[in-house]
Amino acid sequence: MGIEIKSMAYEDFNDNEALEELQKSGSGVFMSSLESLMNWGRSNSVWPLTFATSCCGIEMMATGGSRHDFARFGIEVYRASPRQADVIVVAGTIVRKMAPVLKRLYDQMADPKYVIAMGACAVSGGPFYYNSYSVIRGVDQVIPVDVYIPGCPPRPEALLYGVMQLQRKIKARSSTKEVMPEPIQKQKETVEPVMPISESAPSTQATPPQTPAP
Amino acid sequence: MTREELISLVATLVPDMKPGANKQYPEVIVTAAQLHELAIALKKTPETTLDYLFCETAVDRKDGFHMIYYVSSSVLHHSLMIRVVIPDKLNPVIPTVSDVWRAAEFYEREIFDLFGIKFENHPNLKRIFLDDDWVGYPLRKDYKDTFTIER
Repeated sequence: MGIEIKSMAYEDFNDNEALEELQKSGSGVFMSSLESLMNWGRSNSVWPLTFATSCCGIEMMATGGSRHDFARFGIEVYRASPRQADVIVVAGTIVRKMAPVLKRLYDQMADPKYVIAMGACAVSGGPFYYNSYSVIRGVDQVIPVDVYIPGCPPRPEALLYGVMQLQRKIKARSSTKEVMPEPIQKQKETVEPVMPISESAPSTQATPPQTPAP
Repeated sequence: MTREELISLVATLVPDMKPGANKQYPEVIVTAAQLHELAIALKKTPETTLDYLFCETAVDRKDGFHMIYYVSSSVLHHSLMIRVVIPDKLNPVIPTVSDVWRAAEFYEREIFDLFGIKFENHPNLKRIFLDDDWVGYPLRKDYKDTFTIER
């Protein structure tokens, strides 16, 4: 019950168990308050890349528009540059000519980066031109995908739901896991290390006092 | 001009043409050797004035490649469909109509790219969609590659 997304009830998500398992294995006991703070910030400020290859892009625009308005959930502003974007919503068919371009866009994004495969084309190649000489059968053959949203095209509500699932995934993610695969066994009494967040704190205790040589 | 008038007028220009079975547009079937001359005549003749090529495409059939030209008149508001059968499926060649209707230039590059039909006297016949190292012509019925699933 640890992962909360504002304005959506816990019971409204379908696969809470999987995410809690991810959270358990991802962070271990070393889920520091700093990390949860970082994840809170990241999950509530996910900037999508302006990228749409076909009709799912229209639904994505509708989701960003005033009626559905996914800026409510922090999926705030479309960035025109992959270097400023956090999530790439693959909205539409990816053909074999587009695949290297998509791969380059993904490589240009700064970590942490996320991918949402929106619609049947991005999930599996599409209902119509699945067996074509040109269509990639699922964007996960090119870049790793975090959230799949089926539909042709999905409703804006479905995209909102998928975006919220991505937010929960970000909240369950552990940024220390890559650094420390084995969580350090600590005693319960020790205070978890909290890096100074404000500018005032880091002055004295970080550097040992230099005794001037006599 | 009605369907019958249009077809009979084409018959005066090309005596051995055959009328086609298209329901929507009046259709005439001519040979590849007659095509270019017919195209010029249809554009120049005041009764037809077919000055606008709004679609050009190809079909891979058992008896060869069918080239389909849809032309219409922006003055007289009638349309015509011209079908040309190219029986040679190994090395299909047909004269271009891009000097008559300029729109054919890109259509014929696309058909060259996807069907492998060569257009004689085309000003710039090179690939328009596929990668430069693409092998084969994807819209042919006998096209095979390692990517497409066999059924």
